[in-house]
Amino acid sequence: MVESVVADAAAVSAGERRRTAVQVQDVTKIFGTGEDRVVALDDVSVAVRENEFFTLLGPSGCGKTTLLRLIAGFDHPTAGAILLDGADISALPPFRRPVNTVFQSYALFPHMTVADNIGFGLKMQGKSKDEVSHAVDDMLRLVRMTELKHRQTSQISGGQQQRVALARALAPHPKVLLLDEPLSALDLKLRKEMQIELKRLQGQTGITFIFVTHDQEEALTMSDRVAVMNQGRILQVGTPRGIYDHPAERFVANFIGETNFLEADIVSAASGRATVRLSSGGTVPATAPEGVTPTGRVTVVIRPEHARLTRGGGEAPLSGRLENVVYFGTDTHYHLRLDGDVPFVVRMQNIRDNEEDFRAGEMLAIEIARNAVQILKD
Amino acid sequence: MTEQAAALRDGTGGELAGQAASRQAARNRLLLLSPALAIIGAAAAGPLLIVLVYSFLQKGNYAGVIWELSPDAWFNVFLERDIFDDTVSFADAHLSIFLRSLRLAFLATALAFLVGFPTAYFIATRPPRSRNIWLFLITIPFWTNLLIRTFAIMEILRNEGVVNVALMSVRILEEPIQMLYTDFAIAVGLLYVYLPLMVLPLYASIEKLDFRLVEAGYDLYATRWRVLRHVIFPLVRPGVVAGSILVFIPALGAYVTPRVLGGGKNMMLGNLIEFQFGQGRNWPLGSALSLTLMALVMVALIVYVRSTTSKGGEYG
Repeated sequence: MVESVVADAAAVSAGERRRTAVQVQDVTKIFGTGEDRVVALDDVSVAVRENEFFTLLGPSGCGKTTLLRLIAGFDHPTAGAILLDGADISALPPFRRPVNTVFQSYALFPHMTVADNIGFGLKMQGKSKDEVSHAVDDMLRLVRMTELKHRQTSQISGGQQQRVALARALAPHPKVLLLDEPLSALDLKLRKEMQIELKRLQGQTGITFIFVTHDQEEALTMSDRVAVMNQGRILQVGTPRGIYDHPAERFVANFIGETNFLEADIVSAASGRATVRLSSGGTVPATAPEGVTPTGRVTVVIRPEHARLTRGGGEAPLSGRLENVVYFGTDTHYHLRLDGDVPFVVRMQNIRDNEEDFRAGEMLAIEIARNAVQILKD
Repeated sequence: MTEQAAALRDGTGGELAGQAASRQAARNRLLLLSPALAIIGAAAAGPLLIVLVYSFLQKGNYAGVIWELSPDAWFNVFLERDIFDDTVSFADAHLSIFLRSLRLAFLATALAFLVGFPTAYFIATRPPRSRNIWLFLITIPFWTNLLIRTFAIMEILRNEGVVNVALMSVRILEEPIQMLYTDFAIAVGLLYVYLPLMVLPLYASIEKLDFRLVEAGYDLYATRWRVLRHVIFPLVRPGVVAGSILVFIPALGAYVTPRVLGGGKNMMLGNLIEFQFGQGRNWPLGSALSLTLMALVMVALIVYVRSTTSKGGEYG
């Protein structure tokens, strides 16, 4: 806890002057009792900044939806507090929180038209008929659905229902919009479109978005920051690039993208930088995870696209026997085996001036890009 | 050319076979329906026709009918002719019974809804396994004869009954309240007897309700009451309509409950009709009253179903 406060303070002083919108403080959520007891969230703390596209990423059952439901107010934390703009909202029912949700199933009211669905929140807030109908028209324009205003929700397609659900949740101008895997029911093409659409809406409305997904690509392409969750804990919070390039834990490295894991020994370490000796190769500079000074035996990760094969040898820190070549069109995957029977994958783009023809069985040197070796915490 | 002809022949042959099959299917359907049709014909349509004919005949002196066409029975449903000066006036006795029947049937339906909705909601929101236990408990009253259950209510409501004795023993009451043999007693009896018929269809609707819509309502600033009004009620309306119909119709024509709990002086339509066929010895009037009751039910149904379906519009 102390560490994360210090880290937040550092981030703010480093130029991130945005205020905190949602502060999750030491939240634990336990469902059931006795044998059926399930710890859905285990002492989770995270701060979502104002006007940020923040993503909770993790496999199913990691607690991301539970966290979203706690922020929405559908469930209440077993321990800890949830603050909105500095005020504790943990005890408030959902209808007293300026927070709206886009549900995974959309949950549009089947007995109302598109317009009535979008106007529902404003109507419940006691806005006048004129205000509601103006806001509904604005929202319909925003999500480009004006011509379907008077349709029943059962008469429109899945993608259109998605837009109505978005418009309905945005219409009351919430401080925070929660999105629970809203794109998972759409087909691939529509999903790509909606990803762009969501980013546009977030920029246009200036509302803080908290987005839940299990799709790492979605998380990387859309988010300002990502929190990776597993087994009721937040493992790492950072920008998509930070998370991808510098995973701090084995789970994060594994869950996002493909990775090579190698054993290594720390040669020297100081303030985030370290030098490691790879078990099956030479000595390379590496990045240490935030707030940790690694010692002794560690695991390092190297992304397949941060390595390059050459026939040259020389100063390359790794070398191995090429076992398999898989052609993917835009790039080619080379599966190698290093000393000590360690598997290693190299991914190289098929650009025209780089058409070397590596054959299975060859012994090859592996060059590693600068800043590409990341030490894991565990 | 010959091939084509063969194909053509085969085609028509197939068509003929298809027709035969569908005729066979129609026969089977009729066969399966025949027991139900026989019962409806023998026990509903036939008797109804007899009642209709009787209502246009003259009453016999000692019950039965005289086979002469007469509008007297229909005249006497709501009107009466003074035996001395032949002036025509409304039949106050009949009117008050009609009004009491309508009032009590409405009251029983409304009370059954007020009591039944929370019950059904409670059951529908239990975990699936315990739901069956609760539903089972709801059906337990059906195991006992209606008459016995009604006598049991008598035991609770009478002056020396459970309620009065309990209230007097804690000195809330000085002397017992007269509850038995009042409209109140009849309403309690009707509510008790027909409550399951409200709970079961309501449960069926609420159980199908998508509770994510309820959460969506809360999320969009609707308080609990407003979620109930704007989200839950419109979506369970089919259950409300079905339950209301199932309670209202038998309550309107109730016989045993008003007879036992109303003590004979607070008659409902069922008792009046029975009276005409029994002591009253006026079968044509009894028949006309029966048909009036049926018409009343039908009109009430049409009005009710119209008013409830047009409001919410169609949704699927």
